[in-house]
Amino acid sequence: MLNLAFVPLLGVGTDLWYGLPLIVAISLVYSGTRHEQNDQILVGALRTGTWILGFMVAIFAVLGLMSWNL
Amino acid sequence: MSKTTPGRDAGAPSATEETPLKDPVLAATLAWLIPGLGHWYQGRRSKALLFFVCILGTFVFGLYLGEGRVVYASMRPGDNRFPYFCQVAVGLPALPALVQAYRVNHRDAPINFGLWKDFMVPPALTRPGQDNPSELDKLHKRLNRFFELGTVYTMVAGLLNVLAIYDAFAGPAEGNPSNKRGEGGEASSAPREAPS
Repeated sequence: MLNLAFVPLLGVGTDLWYGLPLIVAISLVYSGTRHEQNDQILVGALRTGTWILGFMVAIFAVLGLMSWNL
Repeated sequence: MSKTTPGRDAGAPSATEETPLKDPVLAATLAWLIPGLGHWYQGRRSKALLFFVCILGTFVFGLYLGEGRVVYASMRPGDNRFPYFCQVAVGLPALPALVQAYRVNHRDAPINFGLWKDFMVPPALTRPGQDNPSELDKLHKRLNRFFELGTVYTMVAGLLNVLAIYDAFAGPAEGNPSNKRGEGGEASSAPREAPS
């Protein structure tokens, strides 16, 4: 039997995709303001993007754990 | 302030010499007007393209999500549009909102930009004593979460352009600098002849 409790999660999951272009743009622009060379900008953007994603995953995990039995 | 390339004025730049910032105030102004334009003026072409695509792309996508209604200037009781202070940092692309707000406040018909209906026009509010939902209420209901998403996108674009403006003014935070604006300019630290 389909567990309807997951349906809202699916909805939230699709909205999370709207964060991806923002992460890419923020990473590139932030890195662009810290470096001058293109290769340095790309490496910096990758690092910043990874950091943002990691931070979001960590927050997501904490919130998931806190709401485990809710 | 000198509008020439300081490094070139002072002599032929070496191979490792970074791009001078030229006139930083003019570059910062251009960077505010159109994202990336200040860097283009400074000869930092790849960064100009990067900022133009990323910042303007974010702003336009936010406008698209909000059907052109999430960027508007309003300081009315019940609708203080503080996000516009972030959005206006994108420069020229956000300025039609000021024109539309001016025209609406002076009871003139808003300009039809041909993109979306009521592009950047402040939505009408409910008058005191009226129970009907205002245009702003209807907008929220119709666009739903995309009103907020569009607002966030356009705000982020403006805030990112603040970083780009500072980069055009002062150069990147690490590595190079281009902080040679003084070289050959009025802030020059040109070597002085030692008194004999």
